[in-house]
Amino acid sequence: MTSIDDSRIAGVQDPSVQIHAAPETPQGYGSMKRKEDARFVRGRGHYVDDIVLPGMLHGAVLRSPLAHARIVSIDTSAAEAHPKVHAVITGETLAGLGLAWMPTLSYDTQAVLATDKVRFQGQEVAFVVADDKYSARDALALIDVEYEPLTPVIDAKTALDRGSPVVRDDKEGKTDNHIFDWESGDSAATDKVFAEAEAAEDQVVVTADVLYPRVHPAPLETCGALADMDPVTGKLTLWTTTQAPHAHRTLYAMVAGLPEHKIRVVSPDIGGGFGNKVGIYPGYVCAIVASIVTGKPVKWMEDRSENLMSTSFARDYHMRGEVAVTKDGRIRAVRVDVLADHGAFNATAQPTKFPAGFFGVFTGSYDLEAAHCAVTGVYTNKASGGVAYACSFRITEAVYLIERLVDIVAHDLEMDPAELRMKNLLHADQFPYQSATGWVYDSGDYPHTLQVALDKAGYQELRAEQAERRRRHEAGERVDLLGIGLSFFTEAVGAGPRREMDILGLGMADGADLRVHPTGKAVLGISAQTQGQGHETTFAQIVAAELGMSPDDIEVVHGDTDLTPFGLGTYGSRSTPVSGAATAMVARKVRERARIVAAAMLEVSADDLEWNDGRWQVAGDPEASKTIAEIALAAHSSLELPEGVEGHLDASCVYNPPNLTYPCGAYVAVVDVDPRTGTVNVRRFIAVDDCGVRINPMIVEGQVHGGLADGVGMALMQGIAFDLDGNCLGGSMMDYLLPTSLECPSWELGETVTPSPHHPIGAKGIGESATVGSPPAIVNAVVDALGPYGVRHADMPLTPAAVWSAAQGRPLRTDLAIT
Amino acid sequence: MQVPAQFAYEKATSVDDAIELLARHGPESLIVAGGHSLIPMMKLRLAEPSTLIDINGLTDLDYIRVEGDQVRLGAMTRHATVLESAVVREHFPILPDAERTIADPLVRNRGTVGGSLCQADPSEDLSAAFSALRADVVIRGAEGQRVVPVREFHHGPYETAVAHGELLIEVRVPIRTRTGSAYQKVERRAGDWAVASAGSVVSLDGDTVAEAGIGLTAVGASHFVAAEAEDALRGRPATDEAFTEAGRIAAEHCAPSADQRGPVDYKRALVAELVARTLQRATARARGEA
Repeated sequence: MTSIDDSRIAGVQDPSVQIHAAPETPQGYGSMKRKEDARFVRGRGHYVDDIVLPGMLHGAVLRSPLAHARIVSIDTSAAEAHPKVHAVITGETLAGLGLAWMPTLSYDTQAVLATDKVRFQGQEVAFVVADDKYSARDALALIDVEYEPLTPVIDAKTALDRGSPVVRDDKEGKTDNHIFDWESGDSAATDKVFAEAEAAEDQVVVTADVLYPRVHPAPLETCGALADMDPVTGKLTLWTTTQAPHAHRTLYAMVAGLPEHKIRVVSPDIGGGFGNKVGIYPGYVCAIVASIVTGKPVKWMEDRSENLMSTSFARDYHMRGEVAVTKDGRIRAVRVDVLADHGAFNATAQPTKFPAGFFGVFTGSYDLEAAHCAVTGVYTNKASGGVAYACSFRITEAVYLIERLVDIVAHDLEMDPAELRMKNLLHADQFPYQSATGWVYDSGDYPHTLQVALDKAGYQELRAEQAERRRRHEAGERVDLLGIGLSFFTEAVGAGPRREMDILGLGMADGADLRVHPTGKAVLGISAQTQGQGHETTFAQIVAAELGMSPDDIEVVHGDTDLTPFGLGTYGSRSTPVSGAATAMVARKVRERARIVAAAMLEVSADDLEWNDGRWQVAGDPEASKTIAEIALAAHSSLELPEGVEGHLDASCVYNPPNLTYPCGAYVAVVDVDPRTGTVNVRRFIAVDDCGVRINPMIVEGQVHGGLADGVGMALMQGIAFDLDGNCLGGSMMDYLLPTSLECPSWELGETVTPSPHHPIGAKGIGESATVGSPPAIVNAVVDALGPYGVRHADMPLTPAAVWSAAQGRPLRTDLAIT
Repeated sequence: MQVPAQFAYEKATSVDDAIELLARHGPESLIVAGGHSLIPMMKLRLAEPSTLIDINGLTDLDYIRVEGDQVRLGAMTRHATVLESAVVREHFPILPDAERTIADPLVRNRGTVGGSLCQADPSEDLSAAFSALRADVVIRGAEGQRVVPVREFHHGPYETAVAHGELLIEVRVPIRTRTGSAYQKVERRAGDWAVASAGSVVSLDGDTVAEAGIGLTAVGASHFVAAEAEDALRGRPATDEAFTEAGRIAAEHCAPSADQRGPVDYKRALVAELVARTLQRATARARGEA
């Protein structure tokens, strides 16, 4: 329909021309306050639980108190007799509709409501629908379930033992708890290097067992849904807490057999996601079924404990890492074995061909001769695990492992960890760099980024203070030990090229459409869904930069499948790399349409126009120019339009990324450890991030702040252990601790800017960088502090008990109950 | 959202009214003061009182005043008030030390001294602090009022000397000369319950410990007290060696249990360390050095 030359809209823009506007109202990139904050700071955000519909009913879920038990019987009669109860739905009810089980995002199945047995504590057993949430909750106590307890599988390390109870005996012929084996890298080449290293005098093999324990995303807003099936039109409207409204709509169509054009999924304001709201939970399906059954809107919002105990967990990787290294610190190869605890249902959210997510980037930021990893997934009697908790699809685990390993190598070789890293980091001239496991890193200048962080930290002065404190400690003084921890991470974000990356067959591209109204104001529709990332501001700034507009004149619409183009949503730091690219591209399409109209307005050939200063201008005649607003009005006027434009400037596009983007960063944690009590104080934290071009630096810094706080939580306090009966020991915020301002230092941020060469505006993802990069820095710092005690490694969370026990040489096993 | 079971609500207009309401509504009725323990328990349906009797209107129980050689704290005195009180800081620095570690500012603005004691959580901080201070509590019932030493107040986890139909109305803390006190808590995160805490009160006679009070929380110490360590310290010179020895004895005689806050050996090690540290600090304060 248009004569737009695609070559005109592709390619990287020079970022330096974009970043100069005033802080409050930049015309394009630059720090500006978030547009969405006006409603949030006034308490006018609108979340799923704020929505009230006439005649709305309320649902509540009955959950299993046991981790593993056969269901003998369920008696719902007393609950049904409750005067305010409208319906009680059980697995049997759903089985009649073919909905007792649903597919997971990893081609497994998951019980919506248990039929045969319960497989984790907190699993959904029945759903009560009542006039109000109090009555729904009261009625749960009236349901009588008889269980026959079974031995649970709790310790992932014994899940594959012969004779272990079988968690998934619903799967025909299943006789063990094995889910998958997956490997990456060149096994033979890696083994060869290790054999050489073992034989050579000047080389060593360093080995360590490292656990990344189970953690939970714990968004402030728990999960929930309000389902409204209109019995007349047959249209289902579902307001729900989802990071991926379009993908959810398609999945509901596939699973429930509802026609997709009769499903509207609305994700209103979302109070944090962190991956928790990627999957579809039984409660959502129950709310939909309940609305169909009762003919009324049905709302279900889980409570805090339900969120922590039953929705998808993350991590739970038991890793063994080996490093072949020369004694002077040249890292040659890395070999990794992982036991992955996926819980009772393999509901991991990740691209189909990557059952261990992007764990394959475990070679980190280093130039290796060879690398290999093998990952085995197992079922246990725990809630399904493996969501992308701000982890970029398991890059968190990968980075944590390699950064711990590098520090352990430094420990064993008695080298300075900064020096060891400098010696092995990739250099700027090696990019694009293909890693030993096949990932093509796009750009970076790692030694520079690390040096900026070391300088900012005052690394040598800190080492001097550490030595002095150690001296006093050895002399018997009660003195805190100082620990300095580094991490250097490379992320691979922006999934992804659809040839390689899909979720349940849906390619991981994103759409954008841009309408420019006659008066020059614009509405951008995107398929990504903000959960606090500031899309309404950042994406408006992208359009503003491309079209010479003010971000205030661009409204960003997202989260409503009836109003926005298809795309896979927001997780894995993919919004700016994919949806942001789509936004730049659609704006460039609009700009090219505007060029044709401007040429007609100025009575010149389109080829004589150049885009200067945010307007189309006749080459060599700065006075003859038109802004987008002027052109938009003309496009809707009686002006006779040339071929290529029918009457408006609107455009849409889909962006299929050619590669992931590879942000990196160098972090330095400085901690004070009281070795007699085990308490850790994070004194300073220096974070130098390189996420390419920064659209809104203030939002970038906010993202980093949040991720760093998250990292403090994971490293020091967040942990969900299970006792051997399968009781979840982190089911409330008294037990699952989130960090507060008192645990967080005043963050010291820095930046280097290496644009992505393939991204339209040179940007890379940033949302998860700090969550990925900070835990290893903090753990490295704590272990470093405990040097006088000979500590080489200790597993997270490094609670005071874990730190003290490590110092005593009796490290805790943090995935199981402390006994 | 977590929602409680159905309950009735009454607002007491006076102490006598509260006592009368307790009698009228029977054994399933409960007093609510700050509510920061009870309301969460109700939401989790761990507590399902038939009636809540709200005593937040009893502002006459919200006071801190000196009477003779005692400081008296009304049961409805909020944590934040204790934390900010100059009188308390002057005589009993152990209390602001402890209050600073209790929950967070929101809870401290609402939670009360009486409520904390009556909740009798085995990890409660003020119980250890008042035990170290050898405070007394005043309990009022339909038959009148009685004074009970804090060291006899707790009958076990979540159990106290307050019978149904009674109300704790006041805490009385003796003022002693040449006395210092201190409290220290180890927690996994600000606002968490203690992994272990110790509070010490030291009265000096010259350089000798004339009397010592050592309170412990979260480690299964009977009545929140390290009595054997106190006995060992009494009459001995106030030296670091004596404090270390007192810590060792306290660690030996407490009865911690393992949980996600730590294994038993760690909790005992903490007791030893925290007792020694707080004794040092209390002594320094008694000498006017800190």
